[in-house]
Amino acid sequence: MKFSAMMALGLTTVSLACGGGSSHKNSMLPIAVSASNIQPIVVNSGPAGNYANGLFTSVTVCVPASSNCQTIDGILVDTGSFGLRILSSAGGGALTLSLPQQKASNGTVGECTLFVSGYTWGSVNTADVMIAGEQASNVPVQVIDPTFAAVPSACKSAGVPENDSLQTLGANGILGIGPFAADCGEACDQTGSSNPGMYYECAGSSCQIAAEPVTQQVQNPVALFPGDNNGVIIQLPALTASAGSLSGSMIFGIGTQSNNSLGKAKVFPVNSSGEFTTTFKGQTYPAFVDSGSNALFFLNTNTTGLSTCSNSSGFYCPSSTQNLSAVTSSGSPSQTINFSIANADSLFSNRGDFVFENLGGPNPGTFDWGLPFFFGRSVFTAIEARSTPAGTGPFWAY
Amino acid sequence: MFVFAVLAAAACSLPAFAVLGEDVSSVQADRVHSNASMRVTTAQNYTIHELRSATGVVVREYASASGKIFAVSWQGPTLPDMKQLLGSYFEEFQKAAQSQNRPGGHSPLIIQHPGFVVELGGHMRSFVGRAYLSDQMPSEVSNQEIR
Repeated sequence: MKFSAMMALGLTTVSLACGGGSSHKNSMLPIAVSASNIQPIVVNSGPAGNYANGLFTSVTVCVPASSNCQTIDGILVDTGSFGLRILSSAGGGALTLSLPQQKASNGTVGECTLFVSGYTWGSVNTADVMIAGEQASNVPVQVIDPTFAAVPSACKSAGVPENDSLQTLGANGILGIGPFAADCGEACDQTGSSNPGMYYECAGSSCQIAAEPVTQQVQNPVALFPGDNNGVIIQLPALTASAGSLSGSMIFGIGTQSNNSLGKAKVFPVNSSGEFTTTFKGQTYPAFVDSGSNALFFLNTNTTGLSTCSNSSGFYCPSSTQNLSAVTSSGSPSQTINFSIANADSLFSNRGDFVFENLGGPNPGTFDWGLPFFFGRSVFTAIEARSTPAGTGPFWAY
Repeated sequence: MFVFAVLAAAACSLPAFAVLGEDVSSVQADRVHSNASMRVTTAQNYTIHELRSATGVVVREYASASGKIFAVSWQGPTLPDMKQLLGSYFEEFQKAAQSQNRPGGHSPLIIQHPGFVVELGGHMRSFVGRAYLSDQMPSEVSNQEIR
């Protein structure tokens, strides 16, 4: 990840609420721009000014059943996680609104949320969440706050860094809109050794692992909308060259309105881990679609022939751009995906660019179809147990 | 070429595994003190001790003929206790992870030090990874076999 001076974002709450109105001359896709279920999204350097391939939007949170609200932009749009997490001002984030904390039998509820290369720590709070014209009431959200209680040792023993500041998170929050409704599920409602240690009961600064009922866990807000609640579409234009920013749309609901039908999209059911498969050079690997991953992360140098970078740790740096192909599948439906990987050190050398189509990196034994996969596609994410015209979620379609 | 035996699970509180770089006898000791079930697989140059914890995380420990654990891998809905699993290498892992921290925290974590490699990937509800001591691998064993 490169670091460069903060760029002017040119993005305000007002322009987001009005749909942005940008043109998309480089797109083959008609990008929907305005309806009550459409939210503008943008790929740019984000609120910390240093994010490559970060997809951002704004979210309004309110103290439940009140007009006491705050609109927060620079929230990362993430189909690889579930639930809304907002960085508190104590962590350098934009959130200053005081949202009520979720109570436990003896204190309040805390959460240690593991992402792959970092964790977020903070309290579980309740908010009404408004995005575009949609509103979800009484949504459990995480307020990321390094000053909330001491980080439990079980959370620290994962060894990955705490992402509790604007600098380490690169965003004012994360909007997890992947194919599940709750961030953990049944496992976190268990007591004893089978509980993975994500939820805590905190009295003062001391926190103990606690069972958390599924519906009280941090929730994908889309699943709690009164309508348009079976999933979401991410639409971004195709990219012909690296750019400073790229605008698109997030559309709520699948087959619930005239603007969110599946059309000719192929449906790929996902398993209980939120995965399907991808076949590359004759071998089949677990795979997932993740707008919150900032590159195509797959396999390693031995299997891809792509060398890693000398400067940009965690990315591929082939000497010339490589055109590759893989097949995504889930049982019988399958689709060939063509993609290219360029030299990340070269891509990052242009300081004005923050949107990259050909950015890739290694990933142990797995295919992570990150943000570049979304360019030039409408990608549907259907939520578990919700019906759509193409069957019940969870699935991806594109 | 693979044989395996299923051993009964023993019950206790903390899931604990043997430690990278230490002797394989610690696997058995840890299993007794863990809530894990274990399966042993024998390959030509090493044995794999596979433990499944109560949280559903599967950890594989690769032991050389001389009994030293030269690699570990893991897969499951959460991460294993990396501090326990990496032992004396945990601090090196933690330091490297901190220094590589990138905004978002959603990209895989790849640490390649001389003699010590860690790769961590996946997403919420599904994590996968491996760690190995590259200069302590038995001869003729490829790191492709660690998974």
